[in-house]
Amino acid sequence: MTITSLSDLKALKARLDQSASDKVKILMSLGTCGLAAGGSKVVDAIEETMASQNLGDKYEAVPVGCMGLCYCEPTIELRDNSGKSIIYGDVTAEQIPAILKAGMSGAPAGTTVVERTWYYPEDEANTHKALQARIALRNTGCINPELIEDYIRQDGYQALGKVLSGMKPAEVSQLVLEANLRGRGGAGFPTGKKWQFAAAQPKGKKYMICNADEGDPGAFMDRAVLEGDPHSVLEAMTIGGYAIGSDIGIIYIRAEYPLAITRLRIAIDQAHEMGFLGKNILNSGFDFDIELKYGAGAFVCGEETALIHSVEGRRGEPTFKPPFPAVQGLWKHPTVVNNVETYANVAAIIRKGAAWFRTVGTAGSPGTKVFALAGKVNHVGLVEVPMGTTLRDIIFSLGGGISKGRAFKAVQTGGPSGGCITTKNLDTPIDYETLKAIGSMMGSGGMIVMDEDDCMVNIARFFLEFTCDESCGKCTPCRIGNRRLYEMLTDICHGKGTPQTLVELRNLALVIKDTALCGLGQTSPNPVLSTLTNFADEYEAHVNEKRCPAGVCERLVRFTINEKCVGCGVCARNCPVTAITGATKKRHVINQDKCIKCGICFEKCMFKAIDKQ
Amino acid sequence: MSCDCCGKKEKALEKLMKLEPKKTTELVAFIDSLPLGNDIDANRGCLIETLHRAQTIFGYLPAEVQQLVSERLKITRSEIYGVISFYSYFTDKPIGRHKINVCCGTACFVKGATRIVDEFKSKLGIKEGETTPDKKFFLGVLRCVGACSLAPVVMVDDHVYGKVTPEMVSTILADYQD
Ligand SMILES: Cc1cc2nc3c(=O)[nH]c(=O)nc-3n(C[C@H](O)[C@H](O)[C@H](O)COP(=O)(O)O)c2cc1C
Ligand code: SF4
Ligand code: SF4
Ligand code: FES
Repeated sequence: MTITSLSDLKALKARLDQSASDKVKILMSLGTCGLAAGGSKVVDAIEETMASQNLGDKYEAVPVGCMGLCYCEPTIELRDNSGKSIIYGDVTAEQIPAILKAGMSGAPAGTTVVERTWYYPEDEANTHKALQARIALRNTGCINPELIEDYIRQDGYQALGKVLSGMKPAEVSQLVLEANLRGRGGAGFPTGKKWQFAAAQPKGKKYMICNADEGDPGAFMDRAVLEGDPHSVLEAMTIGGYAIGSDIGIIYIRAEYPLAITRLRIAIDQAHEMGFLGKNILNSGFDFDIELKYGAGAFVCGEETALIHSVEGRRGEPTFKPPFPAVQGLWKHPTVVNNVETYANVAAIIRKGAAWFRTVGTAGSPGTKVFALAGKVNHVGLVEVPMGTTLRDIIFSLGGGISKGRAFKAVQTGGPSGGCITTKNLDTPIDYETLKAIGSMMGSGGMIVMDEDDCMVNIARFFLEFTCDESCGKCTPCRIGNRRLYEMLTDICHGKGTPQTLVELRNLALVIKDTALCGLGQTSPNPVLSTLTNFADEYEAHVNEKRCPAGVCERLVRFTINEKCVGCGVCARNCPVTAITGATKKRHVINQDKCIKCGICFEKCMFKAIDKQ
Repeated sequence: MSCDCCGKKEKALEKLMKLEPKKTTELVAFIDSLPLGNDIDANRGCLIETLHRAQTIFGYLPAEVQQLVSERLKITRSEIYGVISFYSYFTDKPIGRHKINVCCGTACFVKGATRIVDEFKSKLGIKEGETTPDKKFFLGVLRCVGACSLAPVVMVDDHVYGKVTPEMVSTILADYQD
C-alpha cells in the first residue's frame, strides 16, 4: 500500500489503533546484548507456553530492541492497553509459565522486577520524577523494529508528512535551529545551522549522510537506536534531505553491527513500499532514497572527512577543514553528516515544536543525551537523561553504584578523546560546555566507570594504545607523537619512568593537541592530560616509588603474605612456579625473585592474607 | 621475480577459476551486478563493498582476488592494497577455521580482557593476529562488539561468550572440536 498524503497516513494510524487488540503485550528485548545473554531461550519458552496453555488471545509477544537494561538481560516487559507495565529482569525460561499465569496481577515469587526509571516527555509529564527522559529512545524497546506499522502507530512518519505538506525547506532548518538541537556525535554543533549551510549552497547534487560508525569502544547507543527504531533515522534523514535539497541519503554503518544492518535493510524496503522513500514522496514532488555503505574497522572513519573518503572507496584519511563537508563533501558536493542519535531526535522536534524540545535539558544544550554506561557499575546499560543531569544521578541512582561494593574512582566520558572525571565533579550538571570545562568532553556518549582497582596510568596507556592502532598515519604529530606518548606511559607502568618523563609527557601531549590534523590526533592526548591533572599522585608513585597504588601494573606489583595467613597452603599448592613456601599452619612467605606475579595466590587465598601492592 | 600486476590480464580469473570455481563464479556474478563503467571515481565507490563481499566468499583476500577486482573495477593493484591494508577488517592472509576475537574495548579492558587474551595466547601458543599451525583457530582482538554489559566478551565466529574468566578459556576452545 502506498501512502500519498498526511491525511492518508493519519487515517492509517487510526485504523491501526482501532484494529489493535486489547491483548497484553509481552515485549521481549532482543538487541545484540539480549540475544547474547540468552534471550532466544526465553522467546522459545514464551512461544511454547502460549501454545500449550492456549494464551494466544490473552497475550501478544512482540520482539523489540534494547530497553537499556543490559545488566539484567534477558528482559521482558508486560504492558496492557492502559499503559500499566511490569518489567522483569534476569528472566529464565523456567519462570515464563508463572509470569504468564500471573499476568498483570503482580509478579510471581522468585522473579526480578525492574523499576521503570524513565518517562516519555512527548506524551507524559514527569509525574513519578523519573531521572531518564526518553526522546531519542522513545520507541526503542517498545515497538517491533521490523514492522513499519508499529512505527506508524507511534506517530511515525507524521513529521515527514507535516514537513512535506506545509513547510518550506528553510522553515525546517529554522525549526531545528530554534530547538537548538546540537550534534550528538561529539562536537555539539547546531544541527539546524549545518542544514542551513548546506541548503545555502547552489542547487545541484547534495548528500545527507548518517554517521553510524560508532567507533568509541565501549559505546553502543547508536546501535540500540538502529536495532530498535530504524525508521526514526530514515524519517529524519528524509526530512533533512528536504531541508537541504538533497535526493540521496547514505548511512555509513560499521560492519560489526550485522543485526542493525539487517533491520535497516528491512526498514528501507518497507518505507519504499509505503512511499516514504522513493519518487514523489507523499505526492509532494520530493524524491529521496537511502543507501547503506559499510565501514571496515577504522575508528578514524567516524571523523566526517575520513568517512566521506571511505564512502568514496578510498583509504579513510581525514582532510583539513575548511572546506567543510556542508560546502564540499562527498564527490565534492555539499554534504551534511549527522550522527544517528541526532537524527533520532528530529521527528519528535518537528511534531512537538522547538519550544517543547527546549523544556527538556539546559538552556545551552536542550534535550537529552543517551549514555552507554559500562565498566565497574552495577547497572550496565543505556540511559537517556536530560542534559544537565549530574554524574552522581547517572552513576549512583540509575547505575546502581559501583559493582562489588568497591569505591568509585573516576568516570571516562568521550571515549579515547575524552578525559576522566573524579569525585569532586560528580555533582556538576553535565552538558557540552560543563564537560569541557572539567577537562573531558561529551563525545558520543560512552561512559566508563572505574573503581579503586583501576590504575589510571594504565588506563591512559590503554587509550593511547588504541589511538596508535587507529591513527591513520597521515600527519606526524599523531602518528609519531602518540606512539612516543604510549612508549613513555609504558615505561612508567614498567617502573622505568623518571620525574623528567612526566614533564616530557605533558609537553608532548600539549604539542600533539595543537598540531595534529584531525579531531583524532587533537583529542588523543586528553586521557593523558586529564589523568596527569587528576591523578598526579598515581603517576608520582609509579615514577618515584616504583609502586602502582591500584596494584595493576604487573611489573610493579608485589604480592606479600600478611599476618592473616593461617598456613592452609592453598596458595603454595596453586602457585605455578612454587614461589611460596611455609610449614602447615605457619605463616607462608613468597620468594620475590621467583614470583612471576600471576596473581593466582591472591585469588585463591580465602583469608585475605595476601596483599597486592 | 617479475611484478604481479602487468601482463597477467584475465589470467587472474583463469587461475582463480581453476582453484575455486564456485567461489569465483559467485564473486564475478556479484561484480557484474554492480553499476560499473569507465568512470573510475564511480567504480571506486563500489570498491569497499566488493572487498567485503570477496572476503565473505573467500575468507580472505588473496592476491588473485585483488587482481580480479583490480581488473574489473579498473583500479590499480597498489591502490587496492592500500585500501586493504588501511582497514583492519580486511586481511590478505588465510585465517583459521574458527575466528576467536577477544573484545578489548574500554568496558572489557577494565573488566580484565587482557588476562583473557593472555590465556588464549598461552593455550593456543600463538599471538594476536595469528592462526594456529593446524589452521583451526585464529586469534584476534577487536574493539567493542556492543555487548559491554557482558564484559569481558569473547566472540568465536558468530557466537558471543559473556563474562569470560581465564578459567573458561579451555571450555570455550573445547566447544570447537572438528
Ligand atoms: C576521530 C573521530 C571519530 C569520530 N567518530 C564518530 C562516530 O563514531 N560517530 C559519530 O557520529 N561521530 C563521530 N565523530 C564526529 C564526526 O566527525 C562528526 O562531527 C559528526 O558525525 C557530526 O554529526 P553531529 O553533528 O550530528 O554530531 C568522530 C570525530 C572524530 C574526530
Ligand atoms: S591526527 Fe591522526 S588520525 Fe588525524 S589525520 Fe593526523 S594521523 Fe590521521
Ligand atoms: S603471584 Fe603467582 S607466582 Fe607469585 S607467589 Fe602468587 S601464585 Fe606464585
Ligand atoms: S567493550 Fe567489549 S563489548 Fe563493549
